[in-house]
Amino acid sequence: MLRDVTIGQYFPGNSIIHRLDPRFKIVITLIYILMLFTGSNVVCLAVGAIYTLIAIFLSRIPLKMFWKSVKPLLPFLLITALLNILLVDSGDVFFKWKFLKITSGGINISVFMIIRIVLLIMGSSLLTYTTSPITLTDAIERLLSPLKLLKFPVHELAMMMSIALRFVPTLIEETDKIMSAQKARGAEIDTGSFLTRAKNMISILVPLFISSFRRADELATAMECRCYNGGEGRTRLRQLKTSTRDIVALIITIFFYAAAITVSIVFKHLMK
Amino acid sequence: MAILETRQLTYTYSIGSPFEKTAVDHVDLKIEEGEMVGVMGHTGSGKSTLIQHFNGLLKPTSGQVLLDGQDIWADKKKIRDVRFQVGLVFQYPEYQIFEETVFKDIAFGPRNMGLDEKEIKRRVLETAHDIGLKEELLKRSPFDLSGGQKRRVAIAGVMAMEPKVLILDEPTAGLDPAGRDKILSHIKQYHERKKNTILIVSHSMEDIAGFADKILVMNKAKLFCYDDTEKVFGRADEISEIGLDVPQITKVFMELKKQGLDFGKEVFTVPYARDLLLKHLQGKAGAKLC
Amino acid sequence: MKNIIEISNLHFSYPSDGDTDPVEVLKGIDLTIKEGEFVAVLGHNGSGKSTLAKHINAILLPTEGKVIVDGIDTADESQLFELRQRAGMVFQNPDNQIVSSVVEEDVAFALENLGVPYEEMRRRVDESLKAVNMYDYRQHSPSQLSGGQKQRIAIAGIIAMRPKCIILDEPTAMLDPQGRREVMATIRKMNREQGITMVLITHYMDEAAQCDRIVVMDKGTVALDDTPREVFSHVEQVMEIGLDVPQVTELAWELRKAGYNVPNDIITEEECVEAIQHLFQA
Repeated sequence: MLRDVTIGQYFPGNSIIHRLDPRFKIVITLIYILMLFTGSNVVCLAVGAIYTLIAIFLSRIPLKMFWKSVKPLLPFLLITALLNILLVDSGDVFFKWKFLKITSGGINISVFMIIRIVLLIMGSSLLTYTTSPITLTDAIERLLSPLKLLKFPVHELAMMMSIALRFVPTLIEETDKIMSAQKARGAEIDTGSFLTRAKNMISILVPLFISSFRRADELATAMECRCYNGGEGRTRLRQLKTSTRDIVALIITIFFYAAAITVSIVFKHLMK
Repeated sequence: MAILETRQLTYTYSIGSPFEKTAVDHVDLKIEEGEMVGVMGHTGSGKSTLIQHFNGLLKPTSGQVLLDGQDIWADKKKIRDVRFQVGLVFQYPEYQIFEETVFKDIAFGPRNMGLDEKEIKRRVLETAHDIGLKEELLKRSPFDLSGGQKRRVAIAGVMAMEPKVLILDEPTAGLDPAGRDKILSHIKQYHERKKNTILIVSHSMEDIAGFADKILVMNKAKLFCYDDTEKVFGRADEISEIGLDVPQITKVFMELKKQGLDFGKEVFTVPYARDLLLKHLQGKAGAKLC
Repeated sequence: MKNIIEISNLHFSYPSDGDTDPVEVLKGIDLTIKEGEFVAVLGHNGSGKSTLAKHINAILLPTEGKVIVDGIDTADESQLFELRQRAGMVFQNPDNQIVSSVVEEDVAFALENLGVPYEEMRRRVDESLKAVNMYDYRQHSPSQLSGGQKQRIAIAGIIAMRPKCIILDEPTAMLDPQGRREVMATIRKMNREQGITMVLITHYMDEAAQCDRIVVMDKGTVALDDTPREVFSHVEQVMEIGLDVPQVTELAWELRKAGYNVPNDIITEEECVEAIQHLFQA
């Protein structure tokens, strides 16, 4: 049950997208998001969609996986779309009942919003699917490193993040084990009334907290024994290297952004 | 009639994924009431998966588990009752302790069974005594106790459900020899008093050799053997071939046999070895110290 | 040979927490360990063996007395990192000492902290991984490894610092027999091939029997300090402390008690077989 969590899942691979410098990947994703949100019409999104599909194709990750990341948000998307359809009042009126109106404007806005959000999720999934969490943390640390001048604890945050990532599988395994142990003592965790289940959660959370504190304590000692002393003067085994490939990818993205804007301006003039 | 029985029990993890793995493969087993069974096998042999089927924590992919002749999955709603009848103590059970007093923690299982306060109290006091926890400890916080005591509190928590079958997964893991001996001797006493069925999983043949009636060995998801302790030790060669540790004393007697000194018996504990040798040495005055 | 660890008159008490008196855990320990030695510290829970270990690389500081490691006084805070490079420590729980989600980055952790340049770091990490036979797993996540493999990674992370001495605090207590064998083989190899002094804290007598020397701790003092053969020949004393002796040693002791002519320093199976044959030939 706990193992089915897919958010932020990484699919190891060796595609051109996997091999991009993670710092560039983050910057590119940010430009991509900007593209989706500054583009004000369907054409702009169409350009975005083409860009997304090409990138997904290059990553060699099945499209199915992206559908998996969109699916959990679908109910939320549909409800928002429905509200938009019913409440927005602009353009031709197709249907009217009391204060509810279905207008062309409403339909436009909701379709537009759905596509925009689906593209947003797919694009950011591509980032996490092709970049291991630890690499991602590393890249964020380096991108944010200028903030160190402002005494912002960049290294500490990145270290906490990477330790958290390191312990996710350990804690999932531990939770499973504690759950089984309490079930063996008759605790009702996935059956029984809401109240009993809530009460029984305590029997899982308490041991989990205690063991996490113990782990944290032991880990801190182990880190000190290996001369950990904050971020000052540290070197890194993981080297991030920028190659022509990364610069080309960045240029292509900027080109797409420019194209999206140009096409949408041209489109606007044509519609007039 | 057998208290626990498996028929062609098979369990496969993550079916359909690239990680698919059969952990228990067509196991047929009959465990008689009142027996003390040692369960052995190295990590990944399937022994942990097997024991989690006995109390319905895992559901067989195919095959059956029978408790007292009844398929435990015949009525899904009754699976919780099966857990009260087959008590399972996990490895490092002290990590499941959560209540603020030792008493309350031991009472957790009995309370889940819906027993009344009087009965709960009786059971807590009785099991605490069985496992060697002094009564004054019951009011203390379990988190203030020593490692060995915490382990015993956790074991008592399962014993207090008074299961027909008690399964302990490596009850002595990580303890020092004194802590190990203490827990094993309490389990043994409890078994003698209650006459219930006990399964002890252990990596150490030396630990279980002393008191298991029977030994069950798992290897590569299959049942390697299940037989009387003495007969299993008679196959010590094969057992050490599948990567399990055979007691040092057994190895010595195997070597003696090879060199022509055969005592006609399987030896797996030091006291037994001593008695056997002394019997055969009687009348050999020359061997005596001057 | 020069002394790598010199402990003199070491006392240690955990400070009182208000309503309890301070508990004295170490009560005057004198111990010297020579460079390249492989020493087991044997003792039951609460004998003070782990507390002693924590003094060797300044996780704990003496209440009284001195601990000198490779010429550095552990109380000298200015040399703390130097000390910890020379005396590395491996702990009991394999999960709680691995920092990174990638094996090779974990091995590099200490070197990163020490600011070792990339080229040098890369070389040392690869060497250490090969030394513990885990090079093929360098890109794995620790969660995919067995307990024994995790401990070998922890050892590699220490070896990468090029220490003179490694203190192992019950490194096998949570492992299965296979994992224990792997870890013991790795420690022995590092001791033999690289001459690293090993201080192995354990309560398994079979592991202690593989060492050059055994220090038995009891109630905060050193009860016995000798070769395995000598230590185990004190069967009664060892058992009284709450420890085991090898089964063959116990059998020989039982036979001697019954009045038979068996040597009192048997610790291997071969010796035991020979002694029994001898009895029957007499």
